[in-house]
Amino acid sequence: MADGSDPRPDPGAGAVPPGPGGAAAPPASRVTLKVNGTEHDLRLDHRVTLLDALRGHLLLTGAKKGCDHGQCGACTVLADGRRVNSCLLLAVTQDGADITTVEGLGSTAGDLHPLQRAFLERDAFQCGFCTPGQLCSAVGAIAEAAAGHPSHATGADALTDPGPVTLTAEEVRERMSGNLCRCGAYPRIVDAVRDVTA
Amino acid sequence: MKPFAYVRAAGLDEAVAAHARHPGARYLGGGTNLVDLMKLGVESPTALVDISRLPLDGVEELPSGGLRIGAMTRNSDVAAHPAVRARHPVLSQALLAGASGQLRNMATTGGNLLQRTRCSYFQDVSKPCNKREPGTGCGARDGLHRDHAVLGQSERCIATHPSDMAVALAALDADIELYGGDGARTVPAAEFHRLPGDRPEQDTVLRAGEIVTAIVLPAPGRGAVSLYRKARDRASYAFALASVAAVLELDAGRVRRVTLAFGGLAHRPWRATAAETLLVGAEPTPDALRRAVEAELAPARPLRDNGYKVALAANLAVDVLGALAARADGRPRIP
Amino acid sequence: MRHVVLGTAVGRAEGPEKVTGAARYAGDHAPAGCAHAWPVAATVPRGRVTAVDAAAALALPGVLAVLTPHNAPRLGPSDDPTLQVLQDAGVPHRGWYVALAVAETPEAARAAASAVVVTYEAAGHDVGFRADHPGAYTPEEANGGHPAHREHGDPDAALAAAAVRVDCSYAVAPLHNHPMEPHAATALWDEAGGHLTVYDSSQGSGPVRAALASLFGLPEDRVTVVSEHVGGGFGCKGTPRPHVVLAVMAARHTGRPVTLALPRRHLPAVVGHRAPTLHRVRLGARSDGTLTALTHEVTTHTSRVREFVEQAAVPGRVMYAVPDSRTTHRVVALDVPTPSWMRAPGEAPGMYALESAMDELADALGIDPVELRVRNEPATEPDSGRPFSSRHLVECLREGADRFGWASLRTPRREGTVLCGTGVAAATYPVLISPSTARAHALADGRFHVEVNATDIGTGARTVLAQVAADALGVPLDAVTVAVGHTGLPSASLAGGSSGTGSWGWAVHDACAALTARMAGRHGPLPGGGLSASADTAGSAGQKSPYSRHAFGAHFADVRVDTVTGEVRVARLLGVFAAGRILNPVTARSQFVGAMVMGVGMALTEHSSVDPVHGDFAESDLASYHVPVHADVPDIEAHWIDEHDKHLNPMGSKGIGEIGIVGTAAAIGNAFRHATGRRLRSLPLTPDRVLDVLA
Repeated sequence: MADGSDPRPDPGAGAVPPGPGGAAAPPASRVTLKVNGTEHDLRLDHRVTLLDALRGHLLLTGAKKGCDHGQCGACTVLADGRRVNSCLLLAVTQDGADITTVEGLGSTAGDLHPLQRAFLERDAFQCGFCTPGQLCSAVGAIAEAAAGHPSHATGADALTDPGPVTLTAEEVRERMSGNLCRCGAYPRIVDAVRDVTA
Repeated sequence: MKPFAYVRAAGLDEAVAAHARHPGARYLGGGTNLVDLMKLGVESPTALVDISRLPLDGVEELPSGGLRIGAMTRNSDVAAHPAVRARHPVLSQALLAGASGQLRNMATTGGNLLQRTRCSYFQDVSKPCNKREPGTGCGARDGLHRDHAVLGQSERCIATHPSDMAVALAALDADIELYGGDGARTVPAAEFHRLPGDRPEQDTVLRAGEIVTAIVLPAPGRGAVSLYRKARDRASYAFALASVAAVLELDAGRVRRVTLAFGGLAHRPWRATAAETLLVGAEPTPDALRRAVEAELAPARPLRDNGYKVALAANLAVDVLGALAARADGRPRIP
Repeated sequence: MRHVVLGTAVGRAEGPEKVTGAARYAGDHAPAGCAHAWPVAATVPRGRVTAVDAAAALALPGVLAVLTPHNAPRLGPSDDPTLQVLQDAGVPHRGWYVALAVAETPEAARAAASAVVVTYEAAGHDVGFRADHPGAYTPEEANGGHPAHREHGDPDAALAAAAVRVDCSYAVAPLHNHPMEPHAATALWDEAGGHLTVYDSSQGSGPVRAALASLFGLPEDRVTVVSEHVGGGFGCKGTPRPHVVLAVMAARHTGRPVTLALPRRHLPAVVGHRAPTLHRVRLGARSDGTLTALTHEVTTHTSRVREFVEQAAVPGRVMYAVPDSRTTHRVVALDVPTPSWMRAPGEAPGMYALESAMDELADALGIDPVELRVRNEPATEPDSGRPFSSRHLVECLREGADRFGWASLRTPRREGTVLCGTGVAAATYPVLISPSTARAHALADGRFHVEVNATDIGTGARTVLAQVAADALGVPLDAVTVAVGHTGLPSASLAGGSSGTGSWGWAVHDACAALTARMAGRHGPLPGGGLSASADTAGSAGQKSPYSRHAFGAHFADVRVDTVTGEVRVARLLGVFAAGRILNPVTARSQFVGAMVMGVGMALTEHSSVDPVHGDFAESDLASYHVPVHADVPDIEAHWIDEHDKHLNPMGSKGIGEIGIVGTAAAIGNAFRHATGRRLRSLPLTPDRVLDVLA
């Protein structure tokens, strides 16, 4: 560690110009994020969350700020393949991470991810605001089940079986419970997730 | 959120040194609670010492048959670990009953232990709270306290500890390994969290600058069965109104050993030693279980709106112990 | 060949944008040089601001300005006093905005807001809502223009003479809309042209434009409001909210584009809530179940800023044939945030009470609750005497009972420590229609483009309006595009009161019919600019109908009550609706089911309480205010009756966005009673209350 205050000290000015009072720029660091396959070198105020880095600095506004406190799941992205709430991750801590957002799953121009197609076919959304988070969360949840991760819905007997978990409707409901949907598209979301895992 | 310095520590000593160098620093693990509290203004660290990449992750199988869980191991990885699932299902169950899939992927074992109460007065810097700002009073006592403590609370604080995992650890007789400027030490999980007393600002016995480095689980007892059960306001993604973790060993139909801990009732996971004492040597009949549990809960002093927790906790404990007794009866299930 | 597009299952027009993250919501717009604003909420329950010290905030890096009641731009008039932010020192309730920080980044704006030091002179406050509050009064009217008090015959005498009576009190806690998208606005002033453009999260950009024009002293044609994609509203974005006023103020004050996205925890105090309601319902009946008397007396709260009266006694004027009735509202003005619309205001809490009381009456009479409702089916609307344009409540009850297997589920069961039971409740929601305008273009390439300032808040408006247009034009759906969500389009009503499709669709239909007529009179190719036709339904949709027009429905619930934990979960929920012609079964089903999910929340998980000391809603975030999650929601069935009604609009449709939440909580509560033998008369059915009633 170089100076004990900054993992990658930035010799340039701070991320924010001084205020009218001439205040010093807040501490910032250089952060490399690989997002949807593309590497970005950013200089970020330490307070910037991964969500705000994606939305405000990389203009990837698919991930949404529904609560900003890890209570709704609308900001869910995949970090090194695992689903996380990007609103509670400081971007500086993610230096070097491989991030996938909804924009990286598939695009209107290119091929849609099977889960995106299933959401369309099932009408698994209404206002669409929670949808990017639901999609990224479902991608992560499907991978977790395949890797044998149990859930609260996994019975006591199955808990000792480390093999892949079959995603019953009850399993999907429990595993997707970190993603709120106020439009109440839950039953269709469960159907869509099961369509791609069946 | 106030600006802060950021230090990514490469080693334990470096982390402790960086923390000592920055008065007002906080260690950062998964950040699921600390970043939340920083946004609320409840925490305003001058520096974050990021210890999430320290080599403190993974579950190690000890020669004793015990397990050492590195403090940076993510909650989801602990819950999914085959040895944890096989030997201490109560720990997997407790972890899986908490938070969401995303949060469990982020939250560390050490951070889970150190999470702060979700008391709404604690979280709102515009309201009085002795835990957040000693001497300002307790807003919950005369305010809204349906979710608050019924056991061990003080005049100054009626907050509950929110962790599910910590309740299981209390019932498992886990040890918590700490490291700080004065070196390493070990504290039993059941003694790690404090009761509020006159110093509600102090959640745990952790000393300034100390880091939780690992949790050590003893080998499971012969024929031990364990279970976690939680009651909440919605079916998932909600904190416990009350919860129970229990480990039971029977011998010829009588209790050889039992450990019982409650969540959601107190400022710390509540180890039910009085009930355990009454049950050892007894037949786990429904009556015996209820008598023991009610003896444990007799000192409960509920407030205006949280009396239901006493009945709820009693129901949960009797139900969990009864289910374990039925399973433990006769044949051991643990390899 | 006639293309059948109305009534067919069509996927959402904007679906691909929504599943790829390409759909832009109000807070997703980032104009060059955009600054960020963060509001400061009052921390006293009532009083006045005596000083605002912004020095520390302004000294922080990146802070551009702090707006206060002393330096904020002065506003013009508004119909809604909650929009008069930062205009004076008064604090009418905790959470009222007292300052606004504007900074280069969201991080700096948040830090600045918390560094603003506000000094108050606190005044005594009263937030204690109760039915016998001495300040309770009978308002002139309740929300929706309904008379506050209606009385027919002599209900007290009829009750006294009734063979069987029930007299019950019910309580519904305050509820919060909490759409997934917190209110957000991005405002840009074009100083050269003096034009204001605002991206706003709103259910109607037209009313937002009108309000901003008045508040900022501009002609409406110098204000553009865009609400292209809206992340849900459920009523709390029905009219402009303070965030959009603050964003425009900040943009004017700083000369910069400004984005303001409300912090989730602010929503309960500033965007409206469903007011708590206390209900006393008395029913009198003959022993054969014929109702002879009905009284429904509602007490609710409002703020001291604006009177809003949840019209919860209104459904009693429509539902059952009762000669002697009284339906009345009283309201108490308290130092609380201002309540407003939340999905099915009036009907949702009102039908919880009325349909619970009907279940209690069925119990008292020993009559099946489906049959009791069938026996009291009115020939005409009980309150007005007008004929119903269509009413198929009995069919909904009968078909629902069949599909649900009602008859075979009438014995409560016990599975271990879990009690199982079933319940039924009826639903109703009025047909509301507002005049709108629309324009249809025939393009030279053979395609058609329809413009209407409708708002798609997740209802599928774009999709259904394209179906209406294609049907009226007699062309395939893929020949039609529809533009909505922009004040540059022909003006239309807001997305509220389940009135969107009927109101906008009528104008779209008429514009397309006019265009078809114009094209029919032509020969040869279209001119290069194509052909256009417009419609304004002020003369048709604005007419008062001689009919009583309502949608009806029936809910059936199967619930599980855990006697160990007191947890109540819904195992099955089935609804059957009679809501006119269903124009798109895919999006309609999503609307019905989605509202039923919100009904599950109302029944089981959603609860808010006013802190007596501090005067705010204690459950202000999504960790403590429990919106249902996936695990709370079983597979939900929604069905409908094929209803033909010529007295509605050219499509024959009734609104479908709200009726799904009406009656759901009563069906679940009635099932709880069936399972346990105990009645809980307060929502939600949380473990604390359940254990208490089971003890």
